[in-house]
Amino acid sequence: MAAETKGWDRNRMAARAAQELQDGWYVNLGIGIPTLVANYIPEGVHVTLQSENGMLGIGPFPYEGEEDPDLINAGKQTVTELPQTAYFDSAESFAMIRGGKIAMAILGAMEVAENGDLANWMIPGKLVKGMGGAMDLVAGVGRVVVVMDHTSKHGESKVLKSCTLPLTGQAVVNRIITNLGVLDVVPGGLKIVELADGVSEDELRAATEATILG
Amino acid sequence: MTGSNKIYPSADAALDGVLRDGMLIAAGGFGLCGIPELLIEAILKAGTRELTIASNNCGVDGFGLGKLLDSRQIRKMISSYVGENAEFMRQYLSGELELEFNPQGTLAERMRAGGAGIPGFYTKTGVGTVIAEGKEHHDFDGETYILERGIVADLAIVKGWKADETGNVIFRKTARNFNVPAAKCGRVCVCEVEEIVPTGSLDPDAIHLPGIYVHRLIQGQHEKRIEQRTTRSRVSDTTGKKETA
Repeated sequence: MAAETKGWDRNRMAARAAQELQDGWYVNLGIGIPTLVANYIPEGVHVTLQSENGMLGIGPFPYEGEEDPDLINAGKQTVTELPQTAYFDSAESFAMIRGGKIAMAILGAMEVAENGDLANWMIPGKLVKGMGGAMDLVAGVGRVVVVMDHTSKHGESKVLKSCTLPLTGQAVVNRIITNLGVLDVVPGGLKIVELADGVSEDELRAATEATILG
Repeated sequence: MTGSNKIYPSADAALDGVLRDGMLIAAGGFGLCGIPELLIEAILKAGTRELTIASNNCGVDGFGLGKLLDSRQIRKMISSYVGENAEFMRQYLSGELELEFNPQGTLAERMRAGGAGIPGFYTKTGVGTVIAEGKEHHDFDGETYILERGIVADLAIVKGWKADETGNVIFRKTARNFNVPAAKCGRVCVCEVEEIVPTGSLDPDAIHLPGIYVHRLIQGQHEKRIEQRTTRSRVSDTTGKKETA
């Protein structure tokens, strides 16, 4: 794929995903590209980041020499706290996730289907990652945005009619942001919201196995 | 006064008489953060076998619960994340290790519920996935939920920051994680801390885990290994308030 010259790179995808955030929201960012979203939060938008290992209000990475083994994010990276930070245990953390207090989760994916099914935790017989908190997040948060490459390394679409991998959640995804553009999950299939830089609608359609309406 | 002494001289002493082959152990920690490293080491030394361990992760290769994988003392894990632990994945894929995947929040709530005398609860988490297979489904207010069971463990091993002599424990930052729910679900809970302080020196309003949940207590030195050391440079940080997760 010509992802280098055409469409969005990881940082542009993260920047686009950051446009989804609204002032005052509590948000959970997944591991990988979603983590980069924190670097692109628009001016004037104040969001509180939740880390499912028990923290609200994630600060920047620590300065070298100030890493604290007792202070990590869900990706196990050392982080810092902010003036508004609160800590809690894992049961409390998922009570607020399951209880619908988190406005949005931005997550990575291996596959997404046109009905909003999401697969991002294992490839049977090959790769066992585990679902971590992803199943709880997609079941509990207000809105689920997926950020991922549109196709695999082999050029196969990851935006499918139905997922081939074990699901993380059924009909849970609201919006898909890829290197090629932005798609919404709507009744009957996907709707194009936006095309990435230099990507034509035909190119987006060609890279998508799922039904695109209109 | 509590009437009985909870303080033990060592991890080995604190586990004396509570370990047996085939038991279910709930362990605190997330990744390598807040793991009961001294008690894990003592279980390694004791050689207890055929263990089922409920823990979010299983340490990393050669550290934390990863040591008990290397020594083949674990028969089954109840976990949400295998992640970067190559030996965990290898033993699972080869069939040597049984693995019951639990969504992270379901695992935490199973421990919390078990400790609170709640044998089961309904959750939306996992509906329509392999997690829901074979579980009772129930509709409430037009939404489908599955029944998950509370966990009561034979033994809980947890790690706190400070405890007083009666077992009231406080944790530090994100090292609290699974330690609280794991402690609560243990029939016996052994807690290791960095410092045991005189009773009365902790603020009663600041206790995270009341001593009623803690049966045995040890103090010791912790390595507290960092899994992913991420930093920012002092030089380029002139942009100010960028948040990085």
